[in-house]
Amino acid sequence: MSLTFRRSLCKLHGYCSQNGLLKNLAPVAVTRRHERNYTAVDNAYKGMPPPAMYGGRHTVTLIPGDGIGPELMIHIKDIFRHTGVPVDFEEVNLSNDPNSDDIDDVITAVKRNGIALKGNVETVLDDRAPGKTKNVKLRTELDLFANVLQCVSLPGVKTRHQGIDIVIIRENTEGEYTSLEHESVRGVVESLKIITAERSNRIAKYAFEYAVKHGRKKVTAIHKANIMKLGDGLFLKCCREMAKNYPEIEFGDMIIDNCSMQMVSRPQQFDVMVMPNLYGNIVSNIGAGLVGGPGVVPGKNIGSDYAVFEAATRNTGKSITGKNIANPTAMLLASTLMLEHLNLPQQAKTIKDAVLKTMIEDRIHTPDLGGQASTTDVVHNILQEIRGNGFL
Amino acid sequence: MATRIFRSLVPSLARLSGVRTYSREASLVTLIPGDGIGPEISAAVQQIFEAAEVPIEWEIVDVMPVKGPDGRWAIPAKAVESMNKNKIGLKGPLGTPIGKGHMSMNLALRKTFDLYANVRPCMSIDGYKTPYDDVNLVTIRENTEGEYSGIEHTIVDGVVQSIKLITEAASMRVAQFAFDYARNNNRNHVTAVHKANIMRMSDGLFLRCCREVAEQYRDIKFDEMYLDTVCLNMVQDPSAYDVLVMPNLYGDILSDLCAGLVGGLGVTPSGNIGAGGIAIFESVHGTAPDIAGQDKANPTALLLSAVMMLRHMDLKGHASKIETAALNVIRDPDFRTADLGGRATCSQFTSEICRRVRESD
Repeated sequence: MSLTFRRSLCKLHGYCSQNGLLKNLAPVAVTRRHERNYTAVDNAYKGMPPPAMYGGRHTVTLIPGDGIGPELMIHIKDIFRHTGVPVDFEEVNLSNDPNSDDIDDVITAVKRNGIALKGNVETVLDDRAPGKTKNVKLRTELDLFANVLQCVSLPGVKTRHQGIDIVIIRENTEGEYTSLEHESVRGVVESLKIITAERSNRIAKYAFEYAVKHGRKKVTAIHKANIMKLGDGLFLKCCREMAKNYPEIEFGDMIIDNCSMQMVSRPQQFDVMVMPNLYGNIVSNIGAGLVGGPGVVPGKNIGSDYAVFEAATRNTGKSITGKNIANPTAMLLASTLMLEHLNLPQQAKTIKDAVLKTMIEDRIHTPDLGGQASTTDVVHNILQEIRGNGFL
Repeated sequence: MATRIFRSLVPSLARLSGVRTYSREASLVTLIPGDGIGPEISAAVQQIFEAAEVPIEWEIVDVMPVKGPDGRWAIPAKAVESMNKNKIGLKGPLGTPIGKGHMSMNLALRKTFDLYANVRPCMSIDGYKTPYDDVNLVTIRENTEGEYSGIEHTIVDGVVQSIKLITEAASMRVAQFAFDYARNNNRNHVTAVHKANIMRMSDGLFLRCCREVAEQYRDIKFDEMYLDTVCLNMVQDPSAYDVLVMPNLYGDILSDLCAGLVGGLGVTPSGNIGAGGIAIFESVHGTAPDIAGQDKANPTALLLSAVMMLRHMDLKGHASKIETAALNVIRDPDFRTADLGGRATCSQFTSEICRRVRESD
């Protein structure tokens, strides 16, 4: 800037302030990007009940999905009714068949209620239909940035490893799941994996906050930064930077292939794990398999304003649909996570205790756990436990 | 009668003079000893092969990259020539010096010889107890493209895109190899592992190629499974899987997962198949510089890779002989090396295998 120009500007400023022209200017809010992220994480942890609460009763969106989803949701509604849970379900039909509700309507329903309980929607494999699947679209539109599941060894379930207690926190909106693909020439397809500092910081902060809030000691970042130097390198850098803000939490990192090997040989070494989307998919499934399978582990998808609860491994269970052998545990435990989120800890505990007692003490096991019981056998036992608990 | 005596004398004379006689003509195999524990385990393998009288001559080469006249780092021409001539190679662990300016050794080899398929048979080792004792599968991984294409860009500050490349040519090639391998090794089930629900076009293309090739191999059962389902089922019941074929990243993760099921990289063999009939068999563990030169190394991984190599070269008899001896020795707690929970040295382990190989004749 030249001296003459600067002098003219000062004169102009002086004139404006003397004549009251600067008073009514609205202040410009400058929110730095990382501060916006931290707000998102703080909102996610706020723990206040969402807006759809009237007369002491909550309304929750119910998305049965495909496969075993619908039958399990019927059982959940049954158990909720018996326990006297003040939750009403607004059921929307998001599924693979033609009479499914439009995905945008479903998203609006979840936004309206703030919370949803969801079964998995089956994806038809069609490489000519580009774009996101319904499940992925739901997660990204609602910005459910964290997928959290806890794999805990259960005493009554026979597995090869014992003493596992791992929390897997997976970035849920970007990475390999952006569905940005194109065929550049015939026979050559490019698929984009996007990693951003903003979302990596967000998920890292979520992970460390989780560790602090739940008394966990170590966070391990899982990556493949030796090969994907820029992408996973950025993710790892964000995690390392975030770790500096939490000196009381131990931080380590591990490459995904070594992590897979360690998980099947010594899974007890892991505490909290944070990772991008695809690795999260793999590690969640390994973790769930180690503690008993897809029927046992619940998961939650948390965003700044919304939360969706589902079974951790997101299976439709196509092969066991309608046979009454699906394990309702995962979905039931997901519903108790939802109740905890809704600030209904008493009901959550009642149902959770009944479910765990059925599985661990009474040993009513469906075929996936090596037993002979049907879904209805398990649910009847749970209902009996709830009644016998003296809660009713 | 004189002829008979003379004929019976020749082998012993030959042995006395140090000339080896084989039942078939000796093949030349390129040997890359490697770094760290590489030389000792390569020596162990050579010793065992000698005891088993395998018709192989070793041509030892060094693959440390040198700077060419054009300023580019490349594998020395002598090594490349040897490999192209012999077609078969055995490689010990190679370390990549950090900060020296040249690329990873394994990447260099892969690019030079167009090693498009990585094969890892994972079999539970009787005698080395892991929570999984019924593993018997093979992972075949596409090794040239996919997520490891190395194409990455920073679009704006804080936003990075990595490109995953899937081509029809590479997918067809690896699928073809997978089915051929299944047929040649009496395997009757091939599973394509993918995530085509999320990456519809790229993994969709890979799947289409696998399906097309499966049409030509009606005798082999083919199915497709999501990567997460495979991981979930693998840790619960690995016996359900036979041959798995998949793109690069999934292959990397799954092959290491399966190696973990049977006991880790120290006991897992691996082979890389390249264009033009080249095959390099290797041990995939690290160079272990902390125990190098102390006679503590475990040559099992390299030995099992060498056995894989023998089967590839159609020397199945020798392969079985060595493999049986090695597995028997591992079963014996007196001769296990430190990493398998024993106290034997590398030389003790090796000599015991040599002894059992000779005894089995």
